[in-house]
Amino acid sequence: MLVPILKEGDYLIASIPSPLNDTELLQLRDALVERVDRAEAQGVLVDVSRVDVMDSFAVRTLSSLATMTTLRGAETVVVGIQPEVASAMAQLGLSLQGIETALDIPDGAAWLDERARRSIHAGD
Amino acid sequence: MPETELQLTIGVDGDIVTARQEGRRLAGTLSFSPSDLTVIAAAISEVARNILTYAGSGHVDIGLIERGGRRGVTIVARDEGPGIADVQLALQDGFSTSGGLGLGLPGARRLMDDFEISSEIGQGTVVTMRKWTR
Repeated sequence: MLVPILKEGDYLIASIPSPLNDTELLQLRDALVERVDRAEAQGVLVDVSRVDVMDSFAVRTLSSLATMTTLRGAETVVVGIQPEVASAMAQLGLSLQGIETALDIPDGAAWLDERARRSIHAGD
Repeated sequence: MPETELQLTIGVDGDIVTARQEGRRLAGTLSFSPSDLTVIAAAISEVARNILTYAGSGHVDIGLIERGGRRGVTIVARDEGPGIADVQLALQDGFSTSGGLGLGLPGARRLMDDFEISSEIGQGTVVTMRKWTR
């Protein structure tokens, strides 16, 4: 399954429509990293609200996505982790260290907007 | 003996998703909370991925069980892979021989109520885990 990647303003948005297997998740990561460059995106929003389970592989892949996009100048925000998914992640011992999270896409976009504003002021 | 059983083959990464979804569906016939069902699915995901990563292929059997009036789900993940040299080490957080996070087995153990591993070098590994309804 190919996850569509949309560009809205300065941000790329990928909403995962249903659980992905490992190969598909890696494909999504690589496609997003490539698109960050081509689309000159400032941020990436990954919506996981329809993902049934975030296991150690999913967390490792999202962490590497965040690291890769940061190296290319775009922050990644993971949005929509469901309450029961979060609970299972915590029990597994998984944390999204170094990854921003937000409730939903508007929340994530607001965080990216805020961050962009701050970096403009910091450059004054 | 479990009363209902699913026998699932793990050979490609799509089988991991199928196994956890089928397991969730079967466990969903008992009175597990949505949170417990996600926990069961996550544990299945971890043991199924271990089969794929370390043995290449194997099986996950999922059944419903009853003991002392309590109902539960039992999951048996078995492979004929290289086996685990040091099971205690493999159950420690952060230990991995594959470059992973090293949270698969210890994480699955935390998620489930019962968890047992038997492994023999050159013979394979069997992980048995159970979760009981409250």
